[in-house]
Amino acid sequence: MWDYTEKVKEHFFNPRNAGPLDQANAVGDVGSIQCGDALRLMLDVDPETEIIRDARFQTFGCGSAIASSSALTEIVKGKTLDEALKVSNQDIAAFLDGLPPEKMHCSVMGREALQAAIANYRGEAWKDDHEEGELICKCYAIDSALIERVVRENGLTTLEQVTHFTKAGGACASCHEKIEDVLISIVAARCEAGAIEAAPAAAAPAPIDTVAAEKPRMTNLQRMRKIEEIIESVRPMLQNDHGDIEIVDIVGKNIYVNLKGACMGCALEAATLGAIQQKLFEELGEYVRLLPASQLEMAR
Amino acid sequence: MKPIYLDNNATTPCDPAVVEAMLPFFTEQFGNASSIHSFGNQVGVAIKKARAQIQALLGAEHDSEIIFTSGGTESDNTAILSALKAQPDRNQIITTVVEHPAVLAFCDRLEKEGYVVHKLRVDGRGRLDMDAYRELLTDRVAIVSVMWANNETGTIFQVEEMAEYAHARGIQFHTDAVQAVGKLPIDLKRTKIDMLSLSGHKLHAPKGIGVLYLRRGTRFRALLHGGQQERSRRPGTENAPGIIALGKAAELAMQHMETENTDVRFLRDKLEKGILARVPRAFPNGDLHCRLPNTSNIAFEFVEGEGILLLLNKLGIAASSGSACTSGSLEPSHVMRAMGIPYTAAHGSIRFSLSRYNTLDEIERVIEAVPPIIAQLRKISPYWNESGPVEDPDKLFQPAYA
Repeated sequence: MWDYTEKVKEHFFNPRNAGPLDQANAVGDVGSIQCGDALRLMLDVDPETEIIRDARFQTFGCGSAIASSSALTEIVKGKTLDEALKVSNQDIAAFLDGLPPEKMHCSVMGREALQAAIANYRGEAWKDDHEEGELICKCYAIDSALIERVVRENGLTTLEQVTHFTKAGGACASCHEKIEDVLISIVAARCEAGAIEAAPAAAAPAPIDTVAAEKPRMTNLQRMRKIEEIIESVRPMLQNDHGDIEIVDIVGKNIYVNLKGACMGCALEAATLGAIQQKLFEELGEYVRLLPASQLEMAR
Repeated sequence: MKPIYLDNNATTPCDPAVVEAMLPFFTEQFGNASSIHSFGNQVGVAIKKARAQIQALLGAEHDSEIIFTSGGTESDNTAILSALKAQPDRNQIITTVVEHPAVLAFCDRLEKEGYVVHKLRVDGRGRLDMDAYRELLTDRVAIVSVMWANNETGTIFQVEEMAEYAHARGIQFHTDAVQAVGKLPIDLKRTKIDMLSLSGHKLHAPKGIGVLYLRRGTRFRALLHGGQQERSRRPGTENAPGIIALGKAAELAMQHMETENTDVRFLRDKLEKGILARVPRAFPNGDLHCRLPNTSNIAFEFVEGEGILLLLNKLGIAASSGSACTSGSLEPSHVMRAMGIPYTAAHGSIRFSLSRYNTLDEIERVIEAVPPIIAQLRKISPYWNESGPVEDPDKLFQPAYA
C-alpha cells in the first residue's frame, strides 16, 4: 500500500465537495476509464467578479486521485479565474502534504481539469496538450507536449519521474525511448540557454553525437566485427517473428542486408530496417545507412 | 474488532504448530547440518523428516526429488534455466500470459538473451486453448512452464494433461504450483510433471523457504554453485528452521486438505454470492467451474480497486487488487487484461482469498461491508449516476488519442 500522508487519507476518507454541482457554469472533464483516472470538475463562477463561488468534483480513481480532487476544490474556492489558472500541480500536492512520487500524476490531472473548466467557462475550446504534440504513450494517450510541460514545470530529469508525474510509460514500456528523447531535447535546450551545466544533464541518456565524439576510432576490422555483432544481437527478435537478417556487404557508411523469412516483403520492412539502423547508429557511434541488398547492385 | 484477513494468496499467517516446530532450531538445535558432530547430526535428521513430509504432500516417489530453495521465485527461475542449460539444442520456452512475474519476467529476460518464448493466451474465463498448446510442442522446445492455479483468479490449469503432451515430445514440464499446493490433492508420481515449485509462506509456513521438486532422471543444471548441500543442486547452508517449518506445514496441509475443499469453499461461495446479490454491476472473474476453493475475484464496475481496498482496510478487512506483487504498477492486472476484462471492470477487480482460519462471522461482516463501500465510491464517480452507469462511459471521458 502507498505511503499516504495523513492529509491525503483525510481527503480520501472524507472528500470535500464531492458530487454533482447543479448550478455549475464551468465544467472540465479529463482522464478516461482506460487510464484508470477520470475527473469532472464543476465550478460555479460569479459572472461579475469571476470569483469561484463553489467547486465540486466527481472522480473515478485511486485514493490519491480522489484526495487530489478534493484538495483542488478547496484550493480554488474563493479565487478569481485568473488566480485559479496559476494553481499548479505542485500546489495540489503541497496542500496534501505531498503525494507518493508514483501518484503525482493525480495532481497533474487536477490541474488539467481546472484549465479545462476555466476554458469551458470562457467559451474557449480547451486546447489540451493532446492536440499539440506527437502521441508518445499510446497506452495512456499522453503526448510530447504534456510531457514537455510537466518536465519543465517540475524539473524532471529521469524516465521514472516522467512516469510518476504523467503515467506515460507506465504500461507497455514501448515508449520509453521516446520519453527519453523528450528529456534529452529539454535538457539540451536548457544547457544551451545556460540554465544548467552540461554535466548534470547526464540524468538523461547522453546524446548520440556526444557518444560518437568520445569513442576512439575503430579499425576497419573492429568496425566490421562490431556491425556483425549488432546484427547478430537483433536476429533472435526477428527469428521470433519467423524472420531473419543477413549482412551482404559493407560499403563505407552503407550496410547492405537481406531480410529473410517473414521479414522479407513484410509491410513493416522499412520500419524493421529503420529500427535496426537506429541500433547500429547508437552502438557504433557513427551515422550509417542500412539498405536492402537489392540496392547494392544499383550502387555498383 | 478483530481484523479480517482475506489475502491468503499473497501470504498466509504461520500456523502456531509450525512456529512451535521451528523455534528450537534457532536456539537449541542450531548446528550446521553438514557438520559431523551431534549438533549438526540432529539438524540433519530433522531436515530428513521435513523432506519426507513434503514428499508425502506432493506424492513424490523419492525424497531425493525434493530440493529446498528460498521460495517460489528461485524454484521457478531454477527450473526454467536448468531446462535450457541442460538441453542446449533446444532454445524455446512455452508459458502463458497469466503466469506470476517469477516466470513471466524471467522469460522476458531470457527472450532478450535470444531464447524464443511462446506465451499461450487465455479466454475470457482465464482458460487455455489446448489445441494451440499442442501446436507449439516441437523438438525446439526445452521446457513448458505453466502454473497449476492462477494466483489472481484461482483458475486451475490442466497441467497433468499438458505434461503428458510435453513428455510425448521429449519436453521438460514445469509447473508453478505455489497456489495449488496444500489446496489441491497432488500425486506427482502419477504424473509426467518433471519440476514443480512451491513456496512455504503460501501454506502457513514462513517466508523465505520453498521447494523445487525435480523428478528423478530429469536432466538438471543448478542455478547456484558452491557446496554439496541438496546434492549440489542447491548449494548453501540449509535454512534449517524454515525447512522444518515447511515440513510441519506440509503435514498440516495434508490434514486440512479436506477442510479447504469443504469449509473454506463453503465460506468462499457464501462470500461471493452474498456480495453479488447485494452489489449491482459486479461479476466474478475466472473459471468458476475449475478454480481454487479459497479464491474469489470480483469485478466491481465503474470503481477503482485501490479506493475499495483503502475503505475495506479502514474497516479492518484485508483483500487485494490484482496481484500483490504488481501493486506498484499503474496498469490493471495483466491477468485481467489477458482475459479481456473491460477497463470498466478491470480497474475495480478485487481478490478475496480465504484460509482455514476464516470464520462464518467474518464472512458475514465482509458481505455487509462491501456494498456500502462500492456505493460510496460510485456516488462520487463521473461514470455513475443515481440510476446506474452513465449511458456511454467510454465516450464520456474519451481521451484524444484513445
